[in-house]
Amino acid sequence: MGAQTPNGFKLDHSGKRIVIDPLTRVEGHLRVEVNLDSDNVIRNAVSSGTMWRGIETILRGRDPRDAWAFTERICGVCTGTHALTSVRAVENALGITIPENANSIRNIMQLCLQVHDHLVHFYHLHALDWVDVISALKADPKATSALAQSVSSWPLSSPGYFKHLQIRLTKFVESGQLGPFKNAYWGHPAYKLPPEANLMALAHYLEALDFQKDVVKIHAIYGGKNPHPNWLVGGVACAINVDGTGAVGAINMERLNLVSSIICRSIEFVEQVYLPDVAVIGSFYEDWLYGGGLSGKSIMSYGDIPENANDYSAKNLKLPRGVILNGNFSEVLPIDHGDPEQIQEFVAHSWYKYPDETRGLHPWGGITEPNFQLGPNVKGTRTHIKELDEGGKYSWIKAPRWRGNAVEVGPLARYIIGHAQGKAEFKEPTEKLLKTLDLPFAALFSSLGRTAARALECQWAAHQMRYFQDKLMAHFKAGDTATANVDKWKPESWPKEAKGYGFTEAPRGALGHWIKIKETKIDNYQCVVPTTWNGSPRDPNGNIGAFEASLMDTPIADPEKPLEILRTIHSFDPCLACSTHVMGPDGQEMATVKVR
Amino acid sequence: MGGAAETFYGVIRRQGITRRSFHKFCSLTATSLGLGPLAARQIANALETKPRVPVIWMHGLECTCCSESFIRSAHPLVKDVVLSMISLDYDALIMAAAGHQAEAILEETRAKYKGEYVLAVEGNPPLNEGGMFCIDGGKPFVEKLRAMAEDSMAIIAWGTCASWGCVQAAKPNPTGATPIDKVITNKPIIKVPGCPPIAEVMTALVTFITTFGKLPELDRQGRPKMFYSQRIHDKCYRRPHFDAGQFVEVWDDESARKGYCLYKMGCKGPTTYNACSAVRWNGGVSFPIQSGHGCFGCSEDGFWDKGSFYDRLTTIKQFGIEANADQIGMAAAGAVGLAVAAHAAVTAVKRLTLNRAE
Repeated sequence: MGAQTPNGFKLDHSGKRIVIDPLTRVEGHLRVEVNLDSDNVIRNAVSSGTMWRGIETILRGRDPRDAWAFTERICGVCTGTHALTSVRAVENALGITIPENANSIRNIMQLCLQVHDHLVHFYHLHALDWVDVISALKADPKATSALAQSVSSWPLSSPGYFKHLQIRLTKFVESGQLGPFKNAYWGHPAYKLPPEANLMALAHYLEALDFQKDVVKIHAIYGGKNPHPNWLVGGVACAINVDGTGAVGAINMERLNLVSSIICRSIEFVEQVYLPDVAVIGSFYEDWLYGGGLSGKSIMSYGDIPENANDYSAKNLKLPRGVILNGNFSEVLPIDHGDPEQIQEFVAHSWYKYPDETRGLHPWGGITEPNFQLGPNVKGTRTHIKELDEGGKYSWIKAPRWRGNAVEVGPLARYIIGHAQGKAEFKEPTEKLLKTLDLPFAALFSSLGRTAARALECQWAAHQMRYFQDKLMAHFKAGDTATANVDKWKPESWPKEAKGYGFTEAPRGALGHWIKIKETKIDNYQCVVPTTWNGSPRDPNGNIGAFEASLMDTPIADPEKPLEILRTIHSFDPCLACSTHVMGPDGQEMATVKVR
Repeated sequence: MGGAAETFYGVIRRQGITRRSFHKFCSLTATSLGLGPLAARQIANALETKPRVPVIWMHGLECTCCSESFIRSAHPLVKDVVLSMISLDYDALIMAAAGHQAEAILEETRAKYKGEYVLAVEGNPPLNEGGMFCIDGGKPFVEKLRAMAEDSMAIIAWGTCASWGCVQAAKPNPTGATPIDKVITNKPIIKVPGCPPIAEVMTALVTFITTFGKLPELDRQGRPKMFYSQRIHDKCYRRPHFDAGQFVEVWDDESARKGYCLYKMGCKGPTTYNACSAVRWNGGVSFPIQSGHGCFGCSEDGFWDKGSFYDRLTTIKQFGIEANADQIGMAAAGAVGLAVAAHAAVTAVKRLTLNRAE
């Protein structure tokens, strides 16, 4: 029953199958199935995206200037990053340049998302894979205070503070109504933190919940609201007026001060709470270095955060750009989004139809026709699936490949590529953290490594917000307050036909949009998103994707309570609404179904 | 901070609600569910002795912006809502449990809190392909939705997805995405549209129910009147510029820098019913118009299919900008024909502009 995948994993589906559905604490709908051998070690892994929304079909025939709003609704968690990718794609297609201030404001908004998303992911979607809520009730508040004060100067750390919180939590638990903490794996042997570390982490879970709402006020200032701030093809919509009539109705000194104060508080929170927590938690899980998957082999980052406006070349991007294949860290390969041979999507195991499913298609020529068919060995029925058949089609996610290779994307990929390129801003903090934890470089290739890279990147992003806010102020001082280029705003000024692409590094990884415009309307629109890369099913050659690879060879302490699977899948910060919406030019209106 | 072990009754008493009002709530709830006086007593008894109202929060086809918005609430803080005001027993986004342990909570809630839990729905079910465009636990999401609706007390339809269909239901709606009230027809449904709704509107709605002990007054379309009965335009701080004929003509012009009206840039504030210009966003920091972009009407039914966001309202075959709330409400309810007043309204605005210019 064994099979070797071309990307180096030995699969064996002969053992006991376990199913997790819904796999909670992710955006959207995700199902994971694994086979365990007689020692309860994972020998086969199957990940399935279980929703599809068809947003690209909906985009056809619409005004390209509106596309950012549609694509922004692909995801409300990484809100704004699709919108930014979209305006970049339209600008690339139509040859529109944006003012320097617009570039700075867009960068600040994208970095703000990075900070917010990483914080919320760590505390609210991921922490409970490492932190045992019930154990925290047994903590000694004094010892918790001592622990907190030994790792950070964060002021909310007195014994009384932790005691009060513990009383509140105890009452909550004793009420018998555990709300979001109900029926979880509390007491599981894979939880390793002492009660005091659990209590400290829980305190910060609640503090982060309070604080995250303030981080995104930056989106509200520049974009009007969050979630789903507003963007604009050609620049940004918020006009600058620091010192003139009507300044109160524009971005003025008060608004800029508010942004600045939030940046300061973000840096403080990340450095005094988030990073110390990751170091403390990491120190208790040093022996649990599973979950590496593709991260030590094949990784990719498109790069993002342009220093200067309108230049998306690798040298102008502050986040690293390139691909590493087969563990060859001495060579970072260049990416070309327009090259039809590089990025391609396959559907042999996805619920879509191609004329020839042995071949992949570049997004400009991509097609997506839904085709919900289950493999012959599925257990259950078409609408009551008990076990999937990974030999057939089994996911609403396509399988994107870079020159045929499955790759991992995300903060860890960015940090490893940055490290390989010798960039100090990525190399030094990584090595410092590894030294603190007394771990070798290879320890990064793990679920813990992903979680640590995300925390380091959160700190980097918070400081970069400061950098671009300062840059913005310097431009204002020099008299430049332009925020939009309207030369090609009117569709009459556009060519009859145009095509382009835009890319960003979303919190979860490399994100690209491809657009074709015909007679001022969208002719084709394709998105290839981070969770499409990470959550991809098998391709026609049998390569498994990053989620599947990461689960391989992980021992499961209790198959009834597969905490280890949640921990590793969550370390990617999956976003299923993002990954499972793709539809191409052949998409057509389907028969309307009557409501039953 | 509230004691976590408080009952629902304890919580509302602490917020100044009398025993009499509490009982009134119980009978109103019973009436709204079509139940008799005996049921009202049972509800009262349940709420006095049983703890916080269980809330089951389900996700269909959506983008999770509603949940993200909910956790942005500044008053009350969402941690206080979750720890002291409701019992959020199931929400796939934040719950610690997964797989069959998570699913078990649904059955347990149905059995233990029959007719007593609130079902909050974010997103909507797709009905094409046998419902399998949204699979949850190996089954169509719509099955789970129907099952949980069956024994719920009331349903909150969060956001434009659950209320109207939103982006996945925009033409050609390839998945057959369908709003909640078209699938569940025998329960009270409160629509809280917006993409997403404002955080404080969401928590205000929840705490209104737990504080005043009744469901809010709804308009003809099922939206709470307290937040959706006036247009963005009615409360917009840039309204005086509209009245004075002072408009932004192109992005980043002098008028944009002076904060003039965005009507000519496509602002849909005149036809959008929501609280953005009054409550504002993110703890009152801003709202779209304040940050220089027009409103594109994200709380309105079918807003994705009404032309470009940058088309001036005149080119949209919709309502006159000066039609009053009742007229628009009737139009939206399908009571009158559309596409009538647009031209007249433009003329009115032009006249107004000219007069000011003279």
